[in-house]
Amino acid sequence: MQERVLMKGNEALAEAAIRAGCRHYFGYPITPQTEIAAYMAKRMPKVGGTFLQAESEVAAINMVLGAASAGVRAMTSSSSPGISLKCEGISYIAGSDLPCLIVDVMRGGPGLGGIQPSQADYWQVTRALGHGDAQVLVYAPSTVQEMVDMVVKAYEKAEQYRVPAVLLADGMLGQMMEPVSFPEEGAHAPAEKPWAANGHQNARKHNIINSLFLKPDELENRVRERFQRYALIQKNEQLAEETMVEDAEIAVVAYGASARIAMNAVKAARAEGIKAGLIRPVSLWPFPTDAIRRAAGQAKQFLCVEMSMGQMVDDVRLTLEGSRPVAFYGRTGGIIPTPAEVLDQIKELAKS
Amino acid sequence: MAIVYKKPSTLTDAALSYCPGCTHGIIQKLVAESIEELGVVGNTVGVAPVGCSVMAYDFYTCDMVQAPHGRAPAVATGLKRALPDRVIFTYQGDGDLAAIGTAETVHAATRGENITIIFVNNAIYGMTGGQMAPTTLPGQVTQTTPYGRDPEVAGYPVRVCEMLSALDGAEYLERVTVNNIPNLRKAKKAIKKAFQNQIDGKGFSLVEVISTCPTNWGMTPVEALGWLEEKMLPYYPLGVYKDRSAQKEGE
Amino acid sequence: MTANILLAGFGGQGILFAGKVLAYAGLAEDKQVSWLPSYGPEMRGGTANCSVCISEDPIGSPLVLAPDVLVAMNAPSYDKFIDAVVPGGLALVDSTLIDRKCKRTDIAVFYLPATALANEKELQGLANIILVGKMIAERPFVSFESVGHAIDKCVPARKAHLVEANKRAIALGKSL
Repeated sequence: MQERVLMKGNEALAEAAIRAGCRHYFGYPITPQTEIAAYMAKRMPKVGGTFLQAESEVAAINMVLGAASAGVRAMTSSSSPGISLKCEGISYIAGSDLPCLIVDVMRGGPGLGGIQPSQADYWQVTRALGHGDAQVLVYAPSTVQEMVDMVVKAYEKAEQYRVPAVLLADGMLGQMMEPVSFPEEGAHAPAEKPWAANGHQNARKHNIINSLFLKPDELENRVRERFQRYALIQKNEQLAEETMVEDAEIAVVAYGASARIAMNAVKAARAEGIKAGLIRPVSLWPFPTDAIRRAAGQAKQFLCVEMSMGQMVDDVRLTLEGSRPVAFYGRTGGIIPTPAEVLDQIKELAKS
Repeated sequence: MAIVYKKPSTLTDAALSYCPGCTHGIIQKLVAESIEELGVVGNTVGVAPVGCSVMAYDFYTCDMVQAPHGRAPAVATGLKRALPDRVIFTYQGDGDLAAIGTAETVHAATRGENITIIFVNNAIYGMTGGQMAPTTLPGQVTQTTPYGRDPEVAGYPVRVCEMLSALDGAEYLERVTVNNIPNLRKAKKAIKKAFQNQIDGKGFSLVEVISTCPTNWGMTPVEALGWLEEKMLPYYPLGVYKDRSAQKEGE
Repeated sequence: MTANILLAGFGGQGILFAGKVLAYAGLAEDKQVSWLPSYGPEMRGGTANCSVCISEDPIGSPLVLAPDVLVAMNAPSYDKFIDAVVPGGLALVDSTLIDRKCKRTDIAVFYLPATALANEKELQGLANIILVGKMIAERPFVSFESVGHAIDKCVPARKAHLVEANKRAIALGKSL
């Protein structure tokens, strides 16, 4: 690790991608993630990489499809409305078993929505980032340092399992500065990719990167094979941070920026003698079901806090299968819930 | 025994999926021949589109990537930026290139991406069963223009070579056809040049091939060739629309 | 203990820069810090504000809603945030630009003609840094030495000639 510097989340993420060996970035401007593109435009030419401002988000994700097919670490970034546009390409990328990194710095929606922080893309990224039977890895950092660490993680896991990875942040994490240190360059080399379509040099059979299988049994076999990988991911790759959960009677569940606010509220609740704890999902897919179930050992109630009308709360309820009541508190449209609001919710639950 | 004809080594043994009398097979073979003659098959990555040529990834012996509908020029851009010393080509139909993929086509051209695009224009959507294409002629009957394409309602056809010739980024644009042997020879020459341009680092090269679709035009293969000559060639005149290097040499 | 600082004013007054100096000073002392700007269209000609947290512990919410210290550099910001300052907190008000007087008795308020002083002392554009100097004199979350290091870090190379002026502005604020 190197000296800690103060950096904006968006810029730290971009630098981390470069240090992770990404040399191909394709993007399109949209608030609140444009700093990523601007940073890449400045840095990529200096490291012999490609920065390309595409004509649309649609084109950008398909450029990622092309570059990922060639076997390189490719990346695109956008914010909510732009991610909707990328869904087509992401479905093809998932169907073609290509690893790549997609960054979503969420803003309020639906439609053009707003530009302030939001977490209302949870359903989209964990359920339906494009058509078909498919999942993508989803990582949700909550600090600028974690933005950096998750970029490396996302590339490694995407290559290990040959699935696209999404780094899900929000306008607050993208825009804020915190101290951050970077891993040494080259510490995480890309994996070998014998499947890449990069010209066979008459030395091997031709490789085909493809998501079209017109025979139903062939397509079903492909999807089933992929779901075996998904099962391994769900078994081995769950990530969650648990704080003061061991004896918690009220388990608060929050990710990303919301988790920071929830942490303040949980600490304040403890100060008032309420046994509250925080589970912070770091991987959203795979959803950290193990951590949730563990907490249910002693927690009588759960409270989900999100910057949405309640999306991740579905996964908490699915995990608990009705065994514990799950309350929800959220603000949306770009409003960040306050620790005081969350504390009130915890106190309310403590009374019951 | 002397060999008088041989399938190009750059084509696999997969059976082509095209209808009888369709000129796709001929065009695809010209592409395969060009790759073979230039000796670059091990160095080439092709991009297959959505449409009748969707299975193209099965037909060539080079590495292949399947693109979403219309996005082949963007996929090719990603490949070329990652693999600047490889030969990257796309093979696209008119619906793919000139309707859903117009933006990707125009912007690949305007960036001067050093790629080769083979654009097959048969004035109709073949794969989905004969609907209006961006290149469907005024008055032409299709499944979605049952009374003939009415420009008042459905607008006019897109002339791709003419449109792209206005862009500074494009290197080479030529329209050819394969309706007879002399034209086929010219088409072969143009396709090979479009690949050679890329090898020479000259930039965006697109060859538009006027093609037939006997099945969806509702004609026999011979009638279709006649219709191509009578109706299509007057609307889509053959010729070179841009050749930046030749222009420079001429100056 | 966490110091929650809110700096607010017009775009162009160096609100974000002043916040960055504070954050870097905290970093120089190996503290936990966060810096969160307002962003979007309001940044272009409208109000700008910036939350800075400096703490010994990991920082939860980086959004400062109840500041320990408020720096107000225009009237709309003063009106919006003065009541949010925590009891016992501190408000630094640029009295060149704000003609309000605070009725609260549970906070310390300093009215400093920072913009006029900056112009007078040939420190144009550094009213923000003068106020930072005063802030650290009143509430030493970080040392003046660390603030000096932070200025060295934060002033971009192409504006290196302004390092000295920034340090003079800190000294001036400290002396007020």
